[in-house]
Amino acid sequence: MSENIAFFAQLFLTGLVLGSIYALVALGFVLIYKSTSILNFAQGELLMFGAYVCLTLIIGLRIPFFWAFFLTLAFSFILAVLLERVILRPMIGEHIISVIMVTIALSFVLRSLIQIVWGTETKVFPRIFSEEPIRFFGLFIAEVHLYSLIFAIICVALFALFFKFSAAGIAMRVTAFDQQIAQSLGINIKRIFALSWAISAIVSSIGGIILGNINGINNALAAMGLKVFPCVILGGLDSILGAIVGGFFIGILENLAGGYLDPVFGGGVKDVAPFVFLVIMLMIKPYGLFGKVRIERL
Amino acid sequence: MPCGLFHTIYKTDERIFKTLWVGSWLIGFGLFLIVLPFFVSNYVLYIMNMISIFIVGAIGLNILTGFTGQISIGHGAFVAVGAYTSAILTTKLGLPFWIALPIAGLFAAFIGMIFGIPSLRIKGLYLAIATLAAQFIIDYTIVHWERLTNGITGMSVPSPTLFGFVFDNDKKFYYLLLGFALAAVVSGRNLFRTRVGRAFIAIRDRDISAELIGVNIFKYKLLAFGISSFYAGVAGSLWGHYTNVITPEHFTIVLSIDYLAMIIVGGLGSIIGTVFGVVFIIIIPELLTTVGVLLKSTFGQITTLISAIKGLVFGVTIILFLVFEPDGLFEIWRRVRDYWKLWPFSYK
Repeated sequence: MSENIAFFAQLFLTGLVLGSIYALVALGFVLIYKSTSILNFAQGELLMFGAYVCLTLIIGLRIPFFWAFFLTLAFSFILAVLLERVILRPMIGEHIISVIMVTIALSFVLRSLIQIVWGTETKVFPRIFSEEPIRFFGLFIAEVHLYSLIFAIICVALFALFFKFSAAGIAMRVTAFDQQIAQSLGINIKRIFALSWAISAIVSSIGGIILGNINGINNALAAMGLKVFPCVILGGLDSILGAIVGGFFIGILENLAGGYLDPVFGGGVKDVAPFVFLVIMLMIKPYGLFGKVRIERL
Repeated sequence: MPCGLFHTIYKTDERIFKTLWVGSWLIGFGLFLIVLPFFVSNYVLYIMNMISIFIVGAIGLNILTGFTGQISIGHGAFVAVGAYTSAILTTKLGLPFWIALPIAGLFAAFIGMIFGIPSLRIKGLYLAIATLAAQFIIDYTIVHWERLTNGITGMSVPSPTLFGFVFDNDKKFYYLLLGFALAAVVSGRNLFRTRVGRAFIAIRDRDISAELIGVNIFKYKLLAFGISSFYAGVAGSLWGHYTNVITPEHFTIVLSIDYLAMIIVGGLGSIIGTVFGVVFIIIIPELLTTVGVLLKSTFGQITTLISAIKGLVFGVTIILFLVFEPDGLFEIWRRVRDYWKLWPFSYK
């Protein structure tokens, strides 16, 4: 295999792994937007919360990874339901600026609390996977990357099935489609709102745990929450399929742009390329690939 | 004698100083501000100066977000454009501050209008995300255009001079910045007595209706972005020349969020509220620092926590305002004022 193709494929593969995590977080983001029309700027903090809780359970309380994982999800569930009930429910129907600002403020609160409890240094998960990379058609992939990718894809598939077939999933889709119809079908939409936040926090903390296993965790993890915006704009703010496609696409785009353009612009392209893409996307197709075009009437 | 204000013609309704009483109060407050530097420490003056600078920028953001209804999470980036333009003009081209300042404002306005173009097609949440992207793109450009901006090491900026008089300490800067803050307040207040200002408000209240009554939406939205970014650019330029050094760290998304917090805490769509908000958001962390220093002897490790506690208080403050007082400090002030207006015969 020639040098160039190998380089491309390597970037592509790493992008795919990153993209699978983006897809998870974007899924959580879209879920909240779809059911409650709230743009959640605190998604990255939910992710960070999950990662830190899991780490504490493993290292501090010596719980095996398998059980720590599920306990973390339970904690995320409780946190999200609390946040929804206390802070976000009063904001439903408020002006857009207030709705945006309240989640930004929430992100400050969560980040500060995490900093007070866990400090600012990078913490590393205990190694579960071997460091030996796996050879894969002439490409190298770290074992942890491979398992992350598989795991993230399984999660995405599970949630897709959940929305398609389970009663709660169908109720959530109805609520997202039209709240009045949902109510007249006897769906308790308040419970659906809480459920959306809970599921969103759960998928984000799964993303956080995976990321923690790859890179270790610190305060910079919260930036992941902002990286989600290009993904969801590409896919359409209110499309779950779009979030997944967008997540993978942005992950790959980011890595390719970083690999090929960094020498030209002198580094850091990885972090800005998704946002340049975002602006272009907003100019040509603001409602994304799968988003619902909103028609406004007086 | 009328008990209350009853306007019978539009001219009195649009007057800035509605009564003689307001005017005289303001003159008294102005005199207080003029003599203040002779009685307080440099630390207090520093805070006053920061308040003046942020008033200029925050009024800009309130014109865009509070009065025109276009959300911007990229205001800090336009402040950065102003600060860097001014720094580059004065250090690399040797222009005096007095010429660099308006150019910085105009260039920031130009960049702001470019990022305002998407507002023609998108609004609300989508526009917020677009301005967020503007923040990241401008940040990236500043950090990586090293030949022009020195990258993350930042630039040193000279102090302004006027006919040999150098503005090089807090006291000298105090009057200069006070003048700019006053100009920002007066121009902001007057903007909404003109056709342009009323067009902005019409767009905020209902953009489609505004278009139907003959407001050219695209033109006025762009103009709002331009005016807002002009204020931001001037604030950035002043900030740079005041602190004498600028680095990209000053202008991250945190600055944009600080500005948003100021106008939300102060009151969206209110010039005087903006001033309250700026004072509030700047003084709270300073108070926390002071408290932290006082508590240092009893709780040793509190200084390491103080930045986290500041973030926590900042977030909680905003949440409390949004949930309990969404119209901000302006609304509280208005309630208090209305209570005393008819006192002691207020009944309701």
